[in-house]
Amino acid sequence: MKKLIFGFFALAILVTVFTNCKKDEADDLSGTGSVTLEFDNRAGDAALAFGTNYTNAAGETVKFSTFNYFVSNFVFVKTDGTEYVVPKDSCYFLCKHEDADSREITISGIPAGDYEEIRFIIGVDSAKSVSDIAQRTGVLDPAAGAAGMYWAWNSGYIFVKVEGTSPQAPLNTMTGENTIEYHTGLFGGKDTPTLNNIKSVEIHSHDEAAKVRRDKEAPQFHIFVDILEMFTSPTNISVAANPTSHAGAFSKTVAENYADMFKLDHVHNHE
Amino acid sequence: MKKITQLLVAAMLLFLANSCKKDDSASTEEIKFSAPSNLPAPTYDFSKNEVTQAGFALGRRLFYDPIFSRDSTISCGDCHISYSAFSHVDHVTSHGIDGLLGKRNAPAVQNMAWRTSFFWDGGVPNLDLVPLNAIQNPVEMDESPAKVVQKLNRHAEYRALFKKAFPEQDTVSGATMLKALSQFMVMLVSADSRYDKFVRGETGGTLSTDEIAGLNLFKQKCATCHSTDLFTDQSFRNNGILDDFSNDSGRNLVSTFPDDIGKFAVPSLRNVEKTPPYMHTGKFKTLESVLDHYASGVKDSPTLDPLLKQNGQPGIALTGTEKQQIIAFLKTLTDENFLRDARFQKP
Repeated sequence: MKKLIFGFFALAILVTVFTNCKKDEADDLSGTGSVTLEFDNRAGDAALAFGTNYTNAAGETVKFSTFNYFVSNFVFVKTDGTEYVVPKDSCYFLCKHEDADSREITISGIPAGDYEEIRFIIGVDSAKSVSDIAQRTGVLDPAAGAAGMYWAWNSGYIFVKVEGTSPQAPLNTMTGENTIEYHTGLFGGKDTPTLNNIKSVEIHSHDEAAKVRRDKEAPQFHIFVDILEMFTSPTNISVAANPTSHAGAFSKTVAENYADMFKLDHVHNHE
Repeated sequence: MKKITQLLVAAMLLFLANSCKKDDSASTEEIKFSAPSNLPAPTYDFSKNEVTQAGFALGRRLFYDPIFSRDSTISCGDCHISYSAFSHVDHVTSHGIDGLLGKRNAPAVQNMAWRTSFFWDGGVPNLDLVPLNAIQNPVEMDESPAKVVQKLNRHAEYRALFKKAFPEQDTVSGATMLKALSQFMVMLVSADSRYDKFVRGETGGTLSTDEIAGLNLFKQKCATCHSTDLFTDQSFRNNGILDDFSNDSGRNLVSTFPDDIGKFAVPSLRNVEKTPPYMHTGKFKTLESVLDHYASGVKDSPTLDPLLKQNGQPGIALTGTEKQQIIAFLKTLTDENFLRDARFQKP
């Protein structure tokens, strides 16, 4: 009798598990879902706050007032290696530190599945940088959303804009402050080449894949963006020696440094 | 006798009436871009911005409107004047807002539909983006493009003109503002000089012996850089104006490459007689001084163009007569029909 009861229970459990699995799989992997990316700005171990003093790798005191960056051309990679490339018309984002909404972006239309890797670029690709002006709307419109993030004299977007002050920086006669200012852009030029500062980022989640499901709340990639990384690795930047950088040769150093400022903190699945 | 007078008066009246008619038809003459046969294929993408009567008229009005400047004092047409091929004749560098002086000589605005890049350093690769530079430059118009768009949207007449030119758009946008300006600028085609008539075998295309000699010298000594009937290969070169470029390193400012220090865009020579002063610095007031520079004033520096340093000696060998003949030829590039075209002047 005991055996029979046990057998019955075992069967019942198996059936339940089996049908559940079946049911889950059927829901799970059909259609498309969304992913959110939260860009959480940091200064080393601390959350970034404008007007607060931090110390860079060169041991100098730095304080920030602007931190904007373009991220674009997202690719999502499933655990089985298949890739989803976000369509061009919805893959450009401008994140501004003072605007928290701009730093939490949602990308929809992603085929259901488990995603463990994201790739994107810091900046705006060269094709978009030279595209027809009528195709550049929203954050890409130089006469609207891209204001302040566009060079009119050297046509192209400012990929990353960092501004602030430092007591170690020389007095800037234009601003009357000990200004630090790093505006980095340059997409490589159209017909005649220029420096190319477009940087690619790859983010892996080794612990947990983001489960994108139809009709389910979007999983979130929580990404740390460390502003102090711009001042180090591979090259320490001293604000005393290089308080500003715009479209010059030094911008290569700045871009190589900030290329690794994006790091995954964790993936959050809502279950 | 009375009858003759009456007849004459009638004839005069008829003539006047006809002239008036002719003028009328000229002003409403269809605006259409067409490439002259002796020029290469245009680079501007007309499929993205077809020139229309309404778009051209709007662009023309915008070109002459100071609405683009912060304090509504400076228009595009203030520094790009029609009778000097839309350059700023007699100004080494132009004075913009608050009387501030620019850094470089204002370039001519002509044959824009053929250009592969714009400005002395080639920092802008597309005509549609050109006005953004002048609008934002603190010593030119010092205004934000977004504010200009706001101003235009507040302006009832402009709203109507934009609606007419771009019927699918309900409000003025940066894109339509720039495309209207482009429609005006691409129409500024200069290819009707005596030289053009000569190469196309048209009536009035006769060159004198000196001018022909000048043309042949030009082909030998100048046409590598000032190539095709655009009279520029659109490259960036250091032509030895200076040997120290620490004030303005030209193309290097755009590319960051050390090899580009001191390189500037090769300008077209169309209407060159009418566009003094010359070079990005506006250093030379006359064509004679330009030719003297190439003959004996070229300054050597690491990026000096190799074509200007043959046989180890900077410059191009030119005798006094040769210089005069080349200048005689250059003057055949003056295109009075273009410089006086009423369609391009302030409405």
